[in-house]
Amino acid sequence: MSGTFIGMPKFPAAAREALGNSQQRRNLRHATHTIRAKRARVVGELDDWEELRRTGAAIKDHVLSHLDRYLAELEESLTRAGATVHWASDADEANRIITSLVRDAGTEEVVKVKSMATQEIGLNEALEEAGIRAWETDLAELIVQLGHDRPSHILVPAIHRNRAEIREIFLSEMGRVGTPPPAGLTSEPHELAEAARVHLREKFLRATVAVSGANFAVAETGTLVVVESEGNGRMCLTLPETLISVVGIEKVVPRLEDLEVFLQLLPRSSTGERMNPYTSTWSGVTPGDGPQQVHVVLLDNGRTDALADRVGRQALRCIRCSACLNVCPVYERVGGHAYGSVYPGPIGAILNPQLRGTTSAVDRSLPYASSLCGACGDVCPVGIEIPELLVHLRTRVVDEQRGGIPSGEELAMKGAAWMFADHRRWEKAQQAAELGGRALGRKERLGRLPGPLSAWSDARDAPTPPAESFRSWWKRERGSR
Amino acid sequence: MSREEVLARVAAALEGAERTPLPDHRPAAPTGPADVADLFVERVEDYQAVVHRVDPADLPAAVAGALQGAARIVVPPGLPPEWLSALDGVEVVADDPPVPADDLDRVGAVVTAAAVGIAVTGTIVLDHGPDQGRRALTLVPDRHVCVVHESQLVADVPGSTARLRDAVDDGRPLTWISGPSATSDIELERVEGVHGPRTLHVVLVGRELRSPT
Repeated sequence: MSGTFIGMPKFPAAAREALGNSQQRRNLRHATHTIRAKRARVVGELDDWEELRRTGAAIKDHVLSHLDRYLAELEESLTRAGATVHWASDADEANRIITSLVRDAGTEEVVKVKSMATQEIGLNEALEEAGIRAWETDLAELIVQLGHDRPSHILVPAIHRNRAEIREIFLSEMGRVGTPPPAGLTSEPHELAEAARVHLREKFLRATVAVSGANFAVAETGTLVVVESEGNGRMCLTLPETLISVVGIEKVVPRLEDLEVFLQLLPRSSTGERMNPYTSTWSGVTPGDGPQQVHVVLLDNGRTDALADRVGRQALRCIRCSACLNVCPVYERVGGHAYGSVYPGPIGAILNPQLRGTTSAVDRSLPYASSLCGACGDVCPVGIEIPELLVHLRTRVVDEQRGGIPSGEELAMKGAAWMFADHRRWEKAQQAAELGGRALGRKERLGRLPGPLSAWSDARDAPTPPAESFRSWWKRERGSR
Repeated sequence: MSREEVLARVAAALEGAERTPLPDHRPAAPTGPADVADLFVERVEDYQAVVHRVDPADLPAAVAGALQGAARIVVPPGLPPEWLSALDGVEVVADDPPVPADDLDRVGAVVTAAAVGIAVTGTIVLDHGPDQGRRALTLVPDRHVCVVHESQLVADVPGSTARLRDAVDDGRPLTWISGPSATSDIELERVEGVHGPRTLHVVLVGRELRSPT
């Protein structure tokens, strides 16, 4: 089973450790650069990309601002189509509902379609505690699960592993839980994929219960949509008798036609393809085709908290494409684990503090896990202003810590504000800095500062103060005229 | 209980919030029928699928060619029988009564029709009508031969759902297929063929007889 994120250290500490893993950095650099180029190529094919992004954003904003109405409509149409709708206000409740549904179906194993929502609620761990085995069937999720690892990317959870590492995981772990890989398995990707096909087919044909998420839920028709590549999703959605889908309440779209917008935005932003190999839609129960017991768990788990934040609300537009991860210079270097959540990268840095609150060290540090370069906002297919939200959340973190004993940083900032407020004080400070600059001689950058100042200097290169400031130079050269 | 709790939290979060309108979609740019078929073929081939472009009279021969090497195939109950008229020595199993999944795993191929073809993305959409069958049919066998008529093609994704609306309103599922099953999970390198059919043949049937040139 994959490890847990509870008790993660704050981002800078986790990032330092990740940066020491040079194999992971090489894997990430290769993978993110590959996908970046593919995305740019297929996005460039569409003349109306910007208009599509605006339309996608506007549909999501419309849904979010009418969410009460659309959730009621979705529930009604799902029920009419033969599905049973459950509501879960948090992760524990969702896990309890799903566990009891699996028990009612009389089985001790489920097959799973890759789903961010079920990772978010820690479903696999909850099922395991109840004695139910959950088999991940997406290739990357399988690699993570067999490797007793944690996901590090939204789309490709095993992005931090290369082919040689994956071969080793398959050879040592596959046989313990089912069909072993063939003898003589090499690290060729097609051979690794073939080993996964054979290993999982046995499970697909045996399983009686599947658990999925959904990329979209159409309110008017009660239609759920799963977008995928491998066909493992189709297997899970089609072969078992019972299907349980965990759907975040922000996944609703109003009409069938709205899928036309998102089925253009998502694959091009996500895998860099014109269209992903398989998209499945289903509306409740279809007699004689697929699962005859269909359950939908509508999940809040912090989403209404994000919805209540006027600025932060736009993070709920996210369609989990992961384009922002792939272009982020911070993500490229530290990888996904340092973010301490199933949602890593820029979107994770704005989503986690909103969904989970800012009570833990890692969630308080996430809004700072960015250089604010803006690349994430530029590629976001639904126009989420990620840099703006990062600043908004930084403000929130600072505001929450106001009062009580002021920190060293607060005192320093207050001092700086006092100094900048008056030109005479500023000039005095500059003269002091000139002295310091002369004392440092030809050194161009400040190294590690002593004591509490090291917290600042460890993450930043500051130039040494010049021996003569512009103001001093101006006074000397032109001041007499 | 939680239903009321979640809906109350949604209502509280939206109190006083601006309610924004639902945008209109722009219709797709019109494309001539000939261009659409050419583009569809190019884009489907781009996914490493095999495309056979034929006149209506040559449809049975094209299906037989695409099935070469398969000893036993499965077909949906509503498939036009004349499509299989050129088969020789192939055992044809109709999915009526439904073939168990274990057996589907042992047939060599499946032949179906389609509902819609989308040119720009090279996508085939099944609405699982009688000539396409239930979803498992086109999933478990390793080869899928799919017959698409030019009259079923649309230029782009916008406009495609209008042709699928009736099936969805009827409660039927949809399967959008763009090339064979694939994964990019290992170093983001695309590998064709994971769990779905590893080989996809698309037989595109023209509107009328074309004179040989």
